[in-house]
Amino acid sequence: MNVLKKLKGFFATRYGIIFVGLSIGIFASLLQKLGNPGNMGICVACFERDIAGALGFHRAAPVQYIRPEIIGFVFGALLAALIFKEFKPRAGSAPVIRFMLGFFAMVGALVFLGCPWRAIIRLGGGDGNAIFGILGLVFGVGIGTYFIRNGYSLGRNHKSHSAVGSVLPLVMLGLLLLLIIKPVLSSGAVFFSKEGPGSMHAGILIAIIIAIVIGFLAQRTRFCTMGAVRDVLMINDWHLMTGVLSMLVGVFIMNAIFGQLNFGFVGQPVAHTNQLLNFGGMVLSGLSFALAGGCPGRQLFLSGEGDGDAAVFVFGMIVGAAFAHNFTTAGTPYPDNPANWGWGPAAIIAGLIFCAVIGFTMKERVFGEGVVQHA
Amino acid sequence: MPDLLDLRGLSCPQPVVESRNMIKKISSGDSFHVLVDTGTSRDNVKRIAVKEGCDVAIEEGGSGGEQEFLLIITMR
Repeated sequence: MNVLKKLKGFFATRYGIIFVGLSIGIFASLLQKLGNPGNMGICVACFERDIAGALGFHRAAPVQYIRPEIIGFVFGALLAALIFKEFKPRAGSAPVIRFMLGFFAMVGALVFLGCPWRAIIRLGGGDGNAIFGILGLVFGVGIGTYFIRNGYSLGRNHKSHSAVGSVLPLVMLGLLLLLIIKPVLSSGAVFFSKEGPGSMHAGILIAIIIAIVIGFLAQRTRFCTMGAVRDVLMINDWHLMTGVLSMLVGVFIMNAIFGQLNFGFVGQPVAHTNQLLNFGGMVLSGLSFALAGGCPGRQLFLSGEGDGDAAVFVFGMIVGAAFAHNFTTAGTPYPDNPANWGWGPAAIIAGLIFCAVIGFTMKERVFGEGVVQHA
Repeated sequence: MPDLLDLRGLSCPQPVVESRNMIKKISSGDSFHVLVDTGTSRDNVKRIAVKEGCDVAIEEGGSGGEQEFLLIITMR
């Protein structure tokens, strides 16, 4: 018990968040070395997109695989929550809005081609295009903090039954079984890419072990890339940002050791050079994360500790990924003529309008009657 | 009895924002209570309160899914 208490204290410190950030960065670079796609050791958005593809929700053949990293993140967070007695089934804070925020967060992320984690990993691999994505992320989170300052709230959640908190971990268990058994149905499902990023992956066992460790550490430290930006912008609190910067350092050092560094803009793996769309996609994504209270990784960890609303966000992301590929909004090597950019820009604008409407209209006076109880 | 902010069930970052607003209103020696129901909120509110120059004492109640934390925040 004493060891648990000491660990608990360590993870809340600055050294704790630096340790965890470095670890995530090192593991991400290692997973790439072990077979994951370029600058994609870990990408929550890309990997959920691959899962959507494996299940046949979209039919983009190069991006279909049941990524054990996603499964491991949820399991690791669940394990940490159980050990440290933080598993708390809860739900009911505007779930349908959270679903749509997840949907648009994914649409935006796939225009850029990566979640905030991958933006850091891409930067740490030398991909200059990531700079524009990160600027977009900061801008989007900035808009979100404006709404939060002005009273935006999705309202309270409520304690719920264990079944509510168990849904996402059980779905992940089902996905793990599909990954191990690899059944082939008459429809063609389960789909596994034969070429392209979906065909590139580390071994299942090592990937899931690393992901469980990351999920465990991230649950303990509340590691969150969106929260890092938001806390700096809103309250000048650099705690989480220290972790994110440590992650960048970890990725960079390991990439240097593994010879995975490649500086430049053109020809980067799973990336494009349309900086307007790199920026715009991440504005939508960052804003959606800010309004939902967590980056995609954090939503998985929250799901693991029993948050049913975070699980709904995850399902929204998976549906958003299917939409993005079926409606060709996901990033491609964009031609020069904007007329040929496909539905991506329109989807970004639709998402920004959605976020603005809920940002302006969903306010809840937390300080209303009965909340502050005077003596 | 000092004021009580009931911030149970609110997701990140609202507990921090509301607590910080309250901290900005109080002066040296004043204190107020914050009630939260997740370890994340407890840690985040404590961190920001200490950073803003407050002392924080924490009482834990309940267990498992019923766990709650009462933070007693006093401006130094």
